[in-house]
Amino acid sequence: MELDETQKRILAEVADLHKIPVGAFNIRSNGESLGRNSTENIEITPKTDVSGIDIRIKPGTKNESVHIPVIISKTGHTEAVYNDFYVGEGADVLIVAGCGIDNCGNVDSKHDGIHRFHIGKGAHIKYVEKHYGSGTGSGKRIMNPVTEVFMEEGSSCEMEMVQIKGVDDTVRVTNAVLAAGCTLLVGERLMTHDDQRAVSKYNVELNGDGSSADVVSRAVARDRSYQEFEAVIAGNAKCHGHSECDSIIMDEGIILAVPALKANCVDAELIHEAAIGKIAGEQIMKLMTLGLTEQEAEEEIVNGFMR
Amino acid sequence: MLEVQNVSYSVTEDGVTRKILDDVSLTIPDSKLTVITGPNGGGKSTLARIIAGVLTPDSGRILFDGQDITDMSVTDRARIGIGFAFQQPVRFKGIKVIDLLRLAKDTKKLSSADACKYLAAVGLCAKDYIDREVNASLSGGELKRIEIATVLIKQSKLSLFDEPEAGIDLWSFQNLIEVFDGMRKHIEGSSIIIISHQERILKIADEILLIKDGKLAARGEADEIMPMLMANESVVKNCNLTDIWKGGAEC
Repeated sequence: MELDETQKRILAEVADLHKIPVGAFNIRSNGESLGRNSTENIEITPKTDVSGIDIRIKPGTKNESVHIPVIISKTGHTEAVYNDFYVGEGADVLIVAGCGIDNCGNVDSKHDGIHRFHIGKGAHIKYVEKHYGSGTGSGKRIMNPVTEVFMEEGSSCEMEMVQIKGVDDTVRVTNAVLAAGCTLLVGERLMTHDDQRAVSKYNVELNGDGSSADVVSRAVARDRSYQEFEAVIAGNAKCHGHSECDSIIMDEGIILAVPALKANCVDAELIHEAAIGKIAGEQIMKLMTLGLTEQEAEEEIVNGFMR
Repeated sequence: MLEVQNVSYSVTEDGVTRKILDDVSLTIPDSKLTVITGPNGGGKSTLARIIAGVLTPDSGRILFDGQDITDMSVTDRARIGIGFAFQQPVRFKGIKVIDLLRLAKDTKKLSSADACKYLAAVGLCAKDYIDREVNASLSGGELKRIEIATVLIKQSKLSLFDEPEAGIDLWSFQNLIEVFDGMRKHIEGSSIIIISHQERILKIADEILLIKDGKLAARGEADEIMPMLMANESVVKNCNLTDIWKGGAEC
C-alpha cells in the first residue's frame, strides 16, 4: 500500500497514524479501499448494496483496535459511506475513525459518513473520531457524519469526537438508544474559524433502568464562524442524563446552544448546563504575568480548552 | 531596585471618585524581603497590581533597575523579571498544573521532577497534582498554592506576592513561611515583595512598609516597625489555631 504525502499527512491528522496500523483496519481514499485487514476476532467486509463496510467483532474480544480512516484528496469528490459495527457481547475494543479532506480545487468535496454501532451485552467500546480539512482551493470541505448507537444491557460506549480545523460546513447528528445498565460518555470538541458553519445534534434515549448518559461539548467559534449545539436527552426509565455545552466565542463568532431534557419517567434524573462567553480577561492577564503576549495567552487558553 | 514615584490611583463608582493611592513614593531595595502591610482597603493590593502592570496609575512613575516601566505591558514586565502571584488566582479549563508551570518556567522541557520540587515547596503532593487541570475541581487553597508555585518556578528578579496566606491552611502556611525564608536566604541579586498583614510574615521581613488610607504611613526595619503595628489590631492579624479550627482555614 503506497501513500502519497497528502495521504500520509491526513492519516496522521485524523488517526495519529504514521504507518500501517496494527490490527484490523480499512483505509479509504477517494472512494476506494487503499488497504484492508481483518484479524481473527475482527472481520471487515465490504457492503454489496451501498458503499461502506461491515465490521464484526467477536464476543469477548479484548484489547484490540479497528482503524477506519477516510481520506479525500480529489477536489469535487463526494460520497456517502455506510459503516456498521457489530460488537459482540463482552468485547472491549478501540475504534478509531476520522476523515480528512484536502481540497485544492474550486469544487466542493464532501464526505457523509453514516456509522451504526450495535453494541452487545456487557461490551465496551471507545470510539475516536477526528475531522480535519486542508487545502487552498475555494471548494468547500464538507462533512456530515451520522452516528447511531444501539446499546444492549450493561454495555458502555465512550465517544471522543473532534473537529479542530479546516472543515467548512458540517452537520453532525448523533443518536443513541440505551438499554438497562448502559453508560454513554460523549466528549465533543469543535472549533470553527473563518466563515465555517457547524451544527451538532444529539438525541439520546435512556430507555433502561440504571442507564446513564453524559454528553459534554466544548466549542470555540472564531472569526465569523457559526455553531449550533442541540442536545436532547430523554429519560424514559430510572436513569441519569447530563449534557453540558461550554463555549468560547471570539471575534465575530456566533454560538447557539440548545440543551433540552425530556423526562418521561418520574425516576429520571436529568441535568443540562450551557455556558457561552469570551475568554476571561483574568485568564489572559495571568498568562501575561508569566511572560506570554496577549495573543499567545489566547492560544494557550483555547488549546487547553480544546484538549 | 524598584522605585515608585508619586503614584496615585483612583476609582469611580456610581459617579463617586475615590482615591485608592495618593501620591505614594517608595523604594524597594535589592536583596531584601519587603513586606507591604496595612489595613484592608488601604491600597496595598492596588499598589502591587500597579507594579505588575495589571493596573495603570493615574499619575506617577514606576522604575525598575533605573528603567521607566510605567508604560510597559504586563508581558514585558514579566520578561524583564517581575513575577506576580495574584491574591485570587484564576482557573483554566483544560490547562494542567504542569502546563502552567512550564509556561512560567518558559520551557517545554520542564521535567516532572523539577515541577514536583516547586509543588512540594508549597505543600502539595506533586504526583497528585501535576496532571490535574487548573479548574473548578481544585479548592481555593490548592489553587493558591499552585499560583505561588508559578512565581517560585519563574525565579524572577522581583517576586511579588499579593496576600499569599489568604485561603491557605495552617500546615501550608507554616510551609509557606519556610518557602519565603528559603527564598530570602538566596535573595542576593533579587528581591521579594509580600503584601500581607500576617504577623508571622511580617516577622521574616527585612523591611516593612505600612500603607494606610492610600499613603505610605511608615517604613522601617521589622524590629522597629513591628511594635507599632502590633499595637494596632486592624493592621496585623495573629494566625492562631483557634481561627483555623473554627473552619476558616485562613490565617
